[in-house]
Amino acid sequence: MVREPALHESMMRPLAAQAPESTVAPDLAPLRRAAAWRVPEVIFWLIPLIAYFLFPKSLSLLSQIAITALFALSIDLILGYAGIVTLGHAAFFGLGAYAAGLLAKYGYGDPLLGLAFAAAVATAVGFLTSFLVLRGTDLTRLMVTLGVAMMLFEAANKATPFTGGVDGLQGVEMTRLLGVFGFDLYGKTAYWYSVAVLFVLFWVARRIVHSPFGMSLRGIKQNVARMPAIGAPVHGRLVAVYTLGAAYAGVAGALLTQTTQFVSLDVLAFTRSAEIMLMLVLGGTGCLYGALIGTIVFMTAHHFLSDLNPQYWQFWLGAALVLIVLFARDGIMGIAQRLQARLARRATP
Amino acid sequence: MSAVLQTRNLVKKFGAFAATNDVTLNIEHGARHALIGPNGAGKTTLINLLTGFLEPTAGEVFLKGYNVTKLAQHQRVKRGLARTFQINRLFADMTVLESVTMAVCERLGFGWNWWRPVGRHVAAIDEAADLLASLRLIDVANEKTRNLAYGKQRLIEIALALAAKPQVLLLDEPAAGVPTGESRELFETIARLPHDVTILLIEHDMDLVFRFADRISVLVNGALLTEDTPEAIASDKRVKEVYLGEAIHG
Repeated sequence: MVREPALHESMMRPLAAQAPESTVAPDLAPLRRAAAWRVPEVIFWLIPLIAYFLFPKSLSLLSQIAITALFALSIDLILGYAGIVTLGHAAFFGLGAYAAGLLAKYGYGDPLLGLAFAAAVATAVGFLTSFLVLRGTDLTRLMVTLGVAMMLFEAANKATPFTGGVDGLQGVEMTRLLGVFGFDLYGKTAYWYSVAVLFVLFWVARRIVHSPFGMSLRGIKQNVARMPAIGAPVHGRLVAVYTLGAAYAGVAGALLTQTTQFVSLDVLAFTRSAEIMLMLVLGGTGCLYGALIGTIVFMTAHHFLSDLNPQYWQFWLGAALVLIVLFARDGIMGIAQRLQARLARRATP
Repeated sequence: MSAVLQTRNLVKKFGAFAATNDVTLNIEHGARHALIGPNGAGKTTLINLLTGFLEPTAGEVFLKGYNVTKLAQHQRVKRGLARTFQINRLFADMTVLESVTMAVCERLGFGWNWWRPVGRHVAAIDEAADLLASLRLIDVANEKTRNLAYGKQRLIEIALALAAKPQVLLLDEPAAGVPTGESRELFETIARLPHDVTILLIEHDMDLVFRFADRISVLVNGALLTEDTPEAIASDKRVKEVYLGEAIHG
């Protein structure tokens, strides 16, 4: 058996010295500019402004949409980007809601302080429970998240002197936002406050998903077995994003408490965990805007359908969801992207 | 020359079955070392033990003289040990450039950076582009991995491993599933890798093994049968008996 000397010689050549065959300069722009803001995004963020003037009497509903959108964003970070399935994400929403409520009830009514406190509580619990959640596979994760949320729900239900139990937490008094803007009866302050917090945290989430850390989350979702082989500590990344998602959910819960000055036990309910997942899937996972659009569509539909048909409105919602999952698994954003791609192809024949 | 990758009495048992049985292996710096053996000989299990995908029942693994037996996979990668997979493990929905840039970012320690966009890690992108150019993948840099032909995807396997700038590269049947014409090109690419990268290769195609390797270990039933130069292995009667006799017909 004789080996080809030619092959052996070429082995000695360092990699860098090789001239690539193609002299075409690589187009690095798509990756370099991936994080740039696009026109449709700017238009999207005009919606809260327009909605304020178009529906001045529905500000409380609009605030709820903004708050729920933030909650949907939090589950998109962990489910949409990192692929961690959860059926108990309301645990963190509820923790944030009660944390902010209790803080305000016992004399610290500053809204931003309340947000920070709620975020801290949700972060701590998110971090600690992440180790339970991340141990298993998808089914284990579903069960553990569900179990943690159920325990918190019953704990809040039982601790009546502390949480008010089924009657809800009363006596939440907020001071002026930044010492200037009082929470008014029309809900104007509440609306702008919710939208502003949503926008700031969206902007931060947008930075995160475009960073190397965010990219590694997509890598974990697409091929978890490869990530250690490129040197990425998968477990650590998942702990980090689960904790981050918990913090976001906690802030959303705190916003609900502060803008309604009340905490109802259903902040921790299973239906809240399930519905937020529906909203995300409806809008499309793993692209941030899917969370926002899914929430807007779901809550608007909820509003109108329950007006039309107060008892059975969920029937139509169920039908819409079945259709989405069967025919457009990537949700509204997926449909929009396919349309855009088709239009682009038509434009350049 | 000194051994960069060593195992000492490595054992891996699945129940009573020893998939790896008392393997002591020395891979010299700069070697083109091939690991051959019949199906079920435990080649991939051995790779999995070397990379930390599996934990050994007994024995130790040394990388550059350092005991890495207790280290996790990603920690061994950081110490210069990278691998490819027999069956593609790629990032289907990322572009080729994205996935290799991600791997470069991990090596450079940017993996925890959560604020600065990937697009502004210019050095990482440029390095990924250079790597793709050297593997003749640059013209598909912005294609999604899932849209590429299998042969190209096998090259991305190698690109992702090389992005870790390994001192030791484990190639687990790099040409598996690739049509014959393309596998030759694939091996030319592998043969052009810089010589200070030590390579341990698992391959079924004996022709390729004998052209490429300067050292061959034969694994049978989880244990090392022998280790020698290709010439000596080719004339070894025991090897012929268990393996080569049927594989290359003399």
